[in-house]
Amino acid sequence: MASLITCPHCGVRPKEEFTVRGDALPQRPASHAPDEAWHAYVYLRDNVKGVIFEHWHHVGGCRRFLVVERDNVSHAVLSVTDAALFRRPDVPGEDAQASAGKGLA
Amino acid sequence: MTSHRLSSGGLVNRAVPLRFTFDGKPLKGFAGDTLSSALLANGQMLMGRSFKYHRPRGPVTAGAAEPNALVTVGEGARSEPNARATVAELYDGMTAASQNRWPSLAYDIGSVNSLLSPFLSAGFYYKTFMWPASFWEKVYEPLIRRAAGLGRAVMEPDPDRYEKAWAHCDLLVIGAGPTGLMAALNAARAGLRVILADEDFQLGGQLLSETAMVGGLLAADFAAAIIAELASLANVTLMPRTTVFGWYDDMVFGAVEKVQKHVALPDPDLPVERVWRIVAKRALLATGAEERPLVFGGNDRPGILTAGAARTYLNRYGVGVGRKVAVFTNGGSGYRTAADLTAAGVEVTAIIDPRKDAGPGQADLAREGLRILSGASVTATRGRLGLTGLVAERSGHEEVIDCDALLMSGGWSPIVHLLCQRGAKPVWSEAHQAFLPPDVGSGFVAAGAAAGLDRLSACLRDGAEKAVALARNLGFAAYDADIPEVEGEYDPAFAPLWYVQGSKGKAFVDFQNDVTVADLSLSQREAFGHIEHTKRYTTAGMATDQGKLGNINTVGLVAGMRGVSPAVVGTTTFRPFYTPVSFGALAGTARAEQSRPTRRSPLHGWAARHGAIFVEAGLWHRSAWFPRLGEKTWREAVDREVLTVRENAGLCDVSTLGKIEIFGTQAAEFLNRVYSNAFLNLPIGKARYGLMLREDGIVFDDGTVSRLSENHYVMTTTTAYAAEVMAHLDYCAQVLFADLDVRFASTTDQWAQMSLAGPKARIILQRLVEDDLSDAAFPFLAARAITLKGGLAARLFRISFSGELAYELAVPAGYGEAVADHLMEAGREDGICAYGVEALNVLRIEKGHVTHSELDGRTTADDVGLGRMMAMQKPDFIGKRLSTRFGLTAADRLQMVGLKPVEPDAEIKAGAHILKENAKPSTTNDQGFVSSACYSPTLGRYIALALLKSGRERLGEKVLVWDRLRESEVLAEVCSPVFVDPDNLKLQA
Repeated sequence: MASLITCPHCGVRPKEEFTVRGDALPQRPASHAPDEAWHAYVYLRDNVKGVIFEHWHHVGGCRRFLVVERDNVSHAVLSVTDAALFRRPDVPGEDAQASAGKGLA
Repeated sequence: MTSHRLSSGGLVNRAVPLRFTFDGKPLKGFAGDTLSSALLANGQMLMGRSFKYHRPRGPVTAGAAEPNALVTVGEGARSEPNARATVAELYDGMTAASQNRWPSLAYDIGSVNSLLSPFLSAGFYYKTFMWPASFWEKVYEPLIRRAAGLGRAVMEPDPDRYEKAWAHCDLLVIGAGPTGLMAALNAARAGLRVILADEDFQLGGQLLSETAMVGGLLAADFAAAIIAELASLANVTLMPRTTVFGWYDDMVFGAVEKVQKHVALPDPDLPVERVWRIVAKRALLATGAEERPLVFGGNDRPGILTAGAARTYLNRYGVGVGRKVAVFTNGGSGYRTAADLTAAGVEVTAIIDPRKDAGPGQADLAREGLRILSGASVTATRGRLGLTGLVAERSGHEEVIDCDALLMSGGWSPIVHLLCQRGAKPVWSEAHQAFLPPDVGSGFVAAGAAAGLDRLSACLRDGAEKAVALARNLGFAAYDADIPEVEGEYDPAFAPLWYVQGSKGKAFVDFQNDVTVADLSLSQREAFGHIEHTKRYTTAGMATDQGKLGNINTVGLVAGMRGVSPAVVGTTTFRPFYTPVSFGALAGTARAEQSRPTRRSPLHGWAARHGAIFVEAGLWHRSAWFPRLGEKTWREAVDREVLTVRENAGLCDVSTLGKIEIFGTQAAEFLNRVYSNAFLNLPIGKARYGLMLREDGIVFDDGTVSRLSENHYVMTTTTAYAAEVMAHLDYCAQVLFADLDVRFASTTDQWAQMSLAGPKARIILQRLVEDDLSDAAFPFLAARAITLKGGLAARLFRISFSGELAYELAVPAGYGEAVADHLMEAGREDGICAYGVEALNVLRIEKGHVTHSELDGRTTADDVGLGRMMAMQKPDFIGKRLSTRFGLTAADRLQMVGLKPVEPDAEIKAGAHILKENAKPSTTNDQGFVSSACYSPTLGRYIALALLKSGRERLGEKVLVWDRLRESEVLAEVCSPVFVDPDNLKLQA
């Protein structure tokens, strides 16, 4: 894991200031989405080896949720983006159901 | 003065004598000595006993890799076990003691293990302590534990201070020898911010032991001149006594600085050690190379050390390691040391060189008449507590040579440790017969001897040139380096020799763990051939020195046994820490009560003045109860507090509840999505109870929300979940619902909040409040800004956890104590009392209100009787979708009920399990459990809240409350969880 994270708001900060929440890619389905979509959103996570996107909460700083793109093999941090500005990459082969209908119905 | 100290020479200051003791014996050394150089100067070669066989041992090295000379330094709470005498800086008043011996270093009963050695081979523990299984706990483990460990840790608390700090630089140079000094100098001259760190108390590294002339100066004077220039530069930080122990991601290095380990009585205003995290744009590894011991029979006797170590003791400390010295070398190092010793007047009896021919120029170093045995090897040594002689073998002919010291040199291994800590493996070089550092990119590079260079001039040049390259790489304009001339350097080239054939007696590879060639051989035969398996089977490289000296020999020997190149065998894994770091240093200031923050309520002082007993709740210290004179138990105080609240009034500190101010034109919509119940219709000036779910449908937290104006709300959370709720709201607002106009901030610490509860709460409070508090003007769930008499702006919420007529009054934190004092004064004639969280808990159990005892991460709103809080007509809210899934709506879920023991005096305790009345006590018959229990002074009996299978259908049923841990079985009746005022008459009064 990285030792330093470059927060877009606070600059280079030690990792101890952050709390890692987990995978940033799952998107909250619409309320009426099928059971499978909700099950996948709440319970199923890929265990990717390589480049991952995670939500890091800068609790010891600006309190913003950031999306940290990093390689969990090399530990390289590839990008850090404020979660509100993050545009998720296209994930090939992803279940269309799970990503359908972002936000509220 | 002393037997082995030379009359002149070395860098010690003979004008500053230092007194110290070793095993109680008073001795003298000089400023600039290490403990081991001072002991050697006093003729004390025997310094310790080995781990397994308790063999007598002296130092093998003069540095950080030392496996043998481990001692306990200091006394009492300051005693430090397993300190390496070779790096322990001598100070006046130092006390040192040998370890792992009884009754004394010279006569050690444990050395009988050496006779048992045929039974103590590799894998001994695994093979011996196998069965019977019942022997493990009572016989084997205590036996192994007694035998394990060298020094003893003290049980007293550490009296010293430690701290942590960050440092930042353009270039971190690790090691201040010839390479590091030249690197730091050239980088500093180019304008880089440079940190130069070295584990030694004196910067200079190998230059301090060198006899060559550098730039027309003695090597040590050349080092001093560079250090003086570096010290004068504002962009350079010199860090002596600082070991860089780890390389972490993003070019962060861990280092430990021994600030005051070289004084008898540390200054209490300074730490004794400081852990640094150094963020470096670039780093240069200039850690030099380690000289390899040779592996031959009896190679561990006190008096046998590396040639380079002897050279350091001679040239740096002015100490001759023996009076009659033999040298066993396969390279230039042995010849160079022999020449230095001869020049200093120490007799060198013979140089034994397994090579047929020494390298070009190497033999020329030896003075005329010095005996050189080419093509010869040492096969055995003699002596008990110290070396008395050796057996040299040449072409089948054996010769005994008398000596009191034997210097060995098996070649050099670059110290690549730090560069290999992040996964890269060192690379075997046939040409160098050594593992060289891996290429890990341009950010962190090795230079000098650490990069495999062997000559002094090459190291000076390499350090300078690599620093210039790094500087240019960072965009600095650096001049080409000026490389000083070196006169009188030697050629350290060597031929590999992993093992001396025909050795007699034990040939040690890992001195500290007593691993021999025979052990390595056994591990190969028993299928532990992979180097990582060999390591663990034999324990080679697993002692406190982590095999700094022995690992490369282990690899070479295993390669030989397997008939492959060391490149095929590879090395074991390098991990931080490079050398041991004390727990004190790692803990820094975070110890005892400073190990985590202490949170005190703004009313803490008020509670303390009223005699509160405090309880730790998370980080908070909360007032638990307020004992009065004559009350012998906590229960007496709590019972009185509960009854006072029910009959008169009580004041409780609730400042620890999480408080979040929420603003925004869509704040209502936001609240509507994060709570399960409806919030769009909350009127201004009203409070509402709210329930938050997790996305999986389970209850997350509960609290209240009050609407103070159109777009301004204030939320309370439970004390325990305040931080989690805040993080959850951040996530919802920033990630899930980023389009909503809502802003919020925690104000938990800004407000002192107190609950005034009881039938007389209103009349007491009215005495302090300007606003009309009549039920009509300020009804149940009213919430708004008010003004206290005297003009203080405050907030008042008519909410109740106790079930009584109650208010929560919030005032700015700094006014908290004064307002609480005034309330107590105003209520004195009405019998007000202070009450704590214990009474609060009793009051809420009597009323059937839930806390996290019931909201335990497994319960749904319906489980705890809050099904009406699920506003399923809302289009969406967090947890809505999964709250309807089958598992969470099953009819046999545990539901919250009350329990009353059938026998009025019987007691129920939380955690007990519930069985049907006549069921056999067993977990298969489990019907639920008691979540909260207390003695209810209001009802005069024990009561409990429980989660019971289909509980709400079972009111009136008799059940068995089974407490296996505390061995009780109590018959109880299932009842409504609301024991007091079920119609809320008191609440609404």
